[in-house]
Amino acid sequence: MELYSLTAHELIDLIKDKKTDAKQVLESLRARISFVELKVGAYVRLGEVKKVTSQPEDSSSGGLFGIPVSIKDNICTAGNNTECCSKILQGFSPPYDATVISKLKESGATVFEAKTNMDEFAFGSSTENSCFAPTHNPWDLEAVPGGSSGGSAAAVAADEAIWALGSDTGGSIRQPAAFCGVVGLKPTYGRVSRYGLIAFASSLDQIGPLTKDVQDSAILLKAIAGYDPCDSTSVDINVPDYKKSLGNGIKGIKVGIPREYFIEGLDPEIKKIVDEAVDKLRGLGALIKEISLPHTTYAVPVYYIIATAEASSNLARFDGVQYGLRVEANKGSAQAMIEMYKKTRGEGFGQEAKRRILLGTFALSHGYYDAYYLKALKVRTLIKQDFDQVFAELDCIVTPTSPTSAFKIGEKIEDPLKMYLSDIYTISANLAGIPAISLPCGFTKKGLPVGLQILAKPFDEEMIFKVAHAYEQATDWHKQKPKL
Amino acid sequence: MAIDKETLQYVAHLARIELQPKELEKLSQQLKDILGFIDNLNRINTEKINPTSHILPISNVLRQDQGKESLPVKKALENAAGCQGEFFVVPKVIE
Repeated sequence: MELYSLTAHELIDLIKDKKTDAKQVLESLRARISFVELKVGAYVRLGEVKKVTSQPEDSSSGGLFGIPVSIKDNICTAGNNTECCSKILQGFSPPYDATVISKLKESGATVFEAKTNMDEFAFGSSTENSCFAPTHNPWDLEAVPGGSSGGSAAAVAADEAIWALGSDTGGSIRQPAAFCGVVGLKPTYGRVSRYGLIAFASSLDQIGPLTKDVQDSAILLKAIAGYDPCDSTSVDINVPDYKKSLGNGIKGIKVGIPREYFIEGLDPEIKKIVDEAVDKLRGLGALIKEISLPHTTYAVPVYYIIATAEASSNLARFDGVQYGLRVEANKGSAQAMIEMYKKTRGEGFGQEAKRRILLGTFALSHGYYDAYYLKALKVRTLIKQDFDQVFAELDCIVTPTSPTSAFKIGEKIEDPLKMYLSDIYTISANLAGIPAISLPCGFTKKGLPVGLQILAKPFDEEMIFKVAHAYEQATDWHKQKPKL
Repeated sequence: MAIDKETLQYVAHLARIELQPKELEKLSQQLKDILGFIDNLNRINTEKINPTSHILPISNVLRQDQGKESLPVKKALENAAGCQGEFFVVPKVIE
């Protein structure tokens, strides 16, 4: 067994038993990357990393024993470029570490030097909107890995990363996790500090782990979670030892299956696989109940107003002054400042970024604010209430993660609306702020992975880990590896 | 509600994004389609519903007003396209 193919908890055990060390793990990982990266393209700027991996000198404290973590290109790493895979942030070298990075270092982890590929500013569901090149799905190199954390998901699936961090605004951790056959968790809004995460939509964004199994997800969340004075939306409540919620069985756990997630648009093959997963949970002693989340159908339109409105405001900071690209105005121009802004942003942002900034600006503009933005905020209330009501009587909800398996590169890039619908099952969790995981639950006939989504009450990640772990241990989907 | 090329041009000005004629053409059609889809929201009556702009029941998060070390100016300016001394350099704003 090669070191790179193991989970973090397996590696930690080996290191504790002095059978290997962090240096050997990193070497093994580098060898694996040089073998498969040309095919997968999970990382960006691999050849031009300025900073050598910050492997802690003493990694024996903190519990992560120098295990390398790969990081999405929108999470700030001091002195190591963080560009959100956008031309407008080319060359940006953050002067500080994101809180999650500081926490990883405190836990004795190695922060991997190369960052993972993503859709520009996390705008997308396929990683095709990267200003570099698309990432390829390790299970089918002609298919997308999902997005926007497609680089992180593909790296974990291809054993090019032991584990990774991504960010999830509308499904950007869970949908790529499903497409690549790995475990992806979006924590409760407020569980993990967003300080140093380059903002997309501040009321929805969360950083979370992409891992090879549920136990690793629990370990990595524990390392990054917790209150941070630098993020006023992080919540000051106890972070449990998530590992303790594993292995206790799920007898009597009440699981809801929302009928609105099993309608037209869901690939029949995926439906069958998810139905079988639900039967498996029943077999393990869970109590399954059909439920209704009546406002599900409105989640996508609500999201594309709220997320784009917040993005249009957040991305105003990219103006050619403080960082990144600047395109100068024509000499002697009377409005040189405004012209510089416009040229810089016109050249620096890709198509999807422009589309979203314009949509969000429109939704917030005079005359349209009430009809679009305010309307969306009100329907968001209804979506949240749907969850509040069912969670009064349930422990968790189980759904497919995505209506399809990974689609081909190029298939949806010209049809933004079709692309948006790829997130139809993941968006609600962000709007309601609740935690949700995607874990492997089978394969299509073509051999593409399928993801099972489990959602729970705010700050009840323990329930998610408990149910996900029980299912995972009763199956072996998570042990399958793509042939590369 | 429809969005035409003229409206989009105006919105692009508000967002400080220069659009090429071809982009304007393509984006106005795409945004029309997307807004058409978003108009589905009008099917629900939200008259008596309060808006949710933030999901957590926390507000007015305050801290002690204490001075502490911040980023050195030099470091903060390192990524700027242009700087002079302790300042960002921008194109001339006032004649």
